[in-house]
Amino acid sequence: MSTANLNPKKLFENFELYVPKLIEKMEYFSPGHRACQGCGEALAIRLMCKALGKDTVITNATGCMEVISSLYPTTAWNLPWIHVAFPNSASVGSGVSAGLKVLRRKGRIPDRYVKTVSIGGDGGTVDIGFQALSGAMERGHDMLYVCFDNEAYMNTGIQRSGATPFGSSTTTAPAGKASIGNKTWKKNVAEIMVEHGLPYVATACHSYPIDFMNKVKKARSIKGPSYIHCLAVCPTGWRSTSETCIKLGRLALEAGIFPLYEVEYGKYKITVDPPEKLRPVADYIKPQGRFRHLTPDQIRGIQERVLMEYNKLMNKVNHSKSWDELKAL
Amino acid sequence: MGKRIGMEIALAAAEVAALCRPDVIAAYPITPNTHIPEHLSDIVAEGRLDAEYICVESEHSAISACCGASGTGARTFTATSSQGLLFMQEVLPIVSSLRLPVIMVIGNRAVSGPINIWNDHSDIMYQRDTGWVSLFAANGQETVDMVIQAFKIGEHRDVMLPVNINIDGFQLTHVVEPIIMPDQEEVDRFLPPYKPFAQLHPDKPMTMGALGLPEIFNEAMRAKDEAILQSKKVVLDVWKEWEKQFGRKYEPIESYKTEGAETLLLTMGSMGETAEIAIDELRKQGVKAGLLKIKLWRPFPFEELRKAVKGAKVLAVMDRAVSFGGPGGPVFAEIRSALYDEPKKPKTLNFIIGLGGRDVMVEDFIKMAKKTALTKKLKPEDAYEIYGVRE
Repeated sequence: MSTANLNPKKLFENFELYVPKLIEKMEYFSPGHRACQGCGEALAIRLMCKALGKDTVITNATGCMEVISSLYPTTAWNLPWIHVAFPNSASVGSGVSAGLKVLRRKGRIPDRYVKTVSIGGDGGTVDIGFQALSGAMERGHDMLYVCFDNEAYMNTGIQRSGATPFGSSTTTAPAGKASIGNKTWKKNVAEIMVEHGLPYVATACHSYPIDFMNKVKKARSIKGPSYIHCLAVCPTGWRSTSETCIKLGRLALEAGIFPLYEVEYGKYKITVDPPEKLRPVADYIKPQGRFRHLTPDQIRGIQERVLMEYNKLMNKVNHSKSWDELKAL
Repeated sequence: MGKRIGMEIALAAAEVAALCRPDVIAAYPITPNTHIPEHLSDIVAEGRLDAEYICVESEHSAISACCGASGTGARTFTATSSQGLLFMQEVLPIVSSLRLPVIMVIGNRAVSGPINIWNDHSDIMYQRDTGWVSLFAANGQETVDMVIQAFKIGEHRDVMLPVNINIDGFQLTHVVEPIIMPDQEEVDRFLPPYKPFAQLHPDKPMTMGALGLPEIFNEAMRAKDEAILQSKKVVLDVWKEWEKQFGRKYEPIESYKTEGAETLLLTMGSMGETAEIAIDELRKQGVKAGLLKIKLWRPFPFEELRKAVKGAKVLAVMDRAVSFGGPGGPVFAEIRSALYDEPKKPKTLNFIIGLGGRDVMVEDFIKMAKKTALTKKLKPEDAYEIYGVRE
């Protein structure tokens, strides 16, 4: 059964009373930061931290999140947090992970498990930080990397990244008489991470908070490298209204543009069912100013590509086997 | 007790780094420092050192991983050369601003292009202003000693800065020399366990690497400058302590046969040893020549320099790097600036030598010293010369 279109109230009684009890009350990413109104990324980080809990060290790539959260002498972080530079959140994370491991082994810090979590935006992950990410994941450090993907370099003013979708107008790939805007299709880093042989890879979105937090919890429990690619709506860069932040995340799923799935030991699984009949991509594209220049023909082209990618994923969901299953073949 | 052994200096640097009990080592291979991380990974693989060895995918990640590890409170070591050091550059000033005492041996090598794997000092000169304490070793013994000293200097509460130890690529890294290798007990006695000032740990959450607005940036830079200036006292104390325990003396600027010297040569790194032989020869010939060797490059030893050149008529600075379109080699520019306001000072001139591994022989030093001694009046454009160019 598809749950995406249902009112949560219909799923079970007293939803509002029940759900908050599932969620950590402590704010590790506290109010008072300077994110824009309707920032999906700040919301996602708040949820992530709640799912991770106290015993966590965060490494942060340069980007919006470091700017809005760490303006000296203030900080929004109630977790140990380090920011070094733009391209190296993953390599700083690998050092943190190694440091915590060896200091615990030598009895120089309390003997309990502390998770290392590296975060970065799409620029810091799929472009400039890609090498560091690939290296850290390949080396198998005990760490989680979460990419908060708002599909362009929003911190510097909406420049195109490798994660910017086709047809989106950005300040370095602007739409004009001779250009559709960004001419390339989004780089799929979640799939590249699967090919790194990670035990756990997932996609997520702040518009599905419980799903996201469950994934963070699962990734936290895995001893080894894991990766979550979280779509984060950016009203400023997407030229959408602040109050549509959550809705746009849901539309991305319902149109099949950003399906939510996880890959556990090689086995693909959809975690939030898309509607039986996908919405047209136009429903997702229309409310966003970054796509306002697209013609119906161009939108049809995007529709075809989205369906192809969606089917490619479903093929994996239907036919992939876990590592254990493959060993037993 | 330490033993006198014959050992390749890179391997000795690795051995002695291991004796300092680093917790995390992150390094990437690049000629000519490669034997250091290779040998360290051997030591870890044999179980002689309990450390996490991270085989990073680049030098940028090597220094970044060191940054993260040092942030957790781990004692951290890395090594690199040339392009590797330049690839690290983005992170180097952040390490010093975060006040993380990462220790790095640099097997100095020319910077491309053309690509060249041999020795000069251009790699470290590009990093001059990154806020690291910077030491120059002239031989294997100094390399070994300075690695241990570096941990003690960098981790001192009044310093808390990263330290690099510069050793000439090939001329030092790949040379077997007799070295008195201290034993574990001696190193432990000299170097106490690392007590970090701050640690990334949930028991005391801490924000490291915050955003600094213009309102605080001046202050942050001033604080860093004060820290490195003040580190000189600690360097001198550590060297005094070293002399007491190990009997080997270290000074920011070492003088060789400078008594009554009218002509002074000034070197950094391994060529000081070749220059010493040249000075011996010159003295035999009746030339009143002496030699100064800089061991402490940052913080720059102004006082010691001014004292060391007193009485000399002319000073020739030997640089192993070019400041293209600038006032001469980087060492020369600093020395001239340091002496500018002195009422009585020697004339200064600059030889840029030994670039990209070009040999500088005893005869070359004799030639340069004689040319220096004959210098009467200098036109500004004659202040520096790239010596030994085949025309």
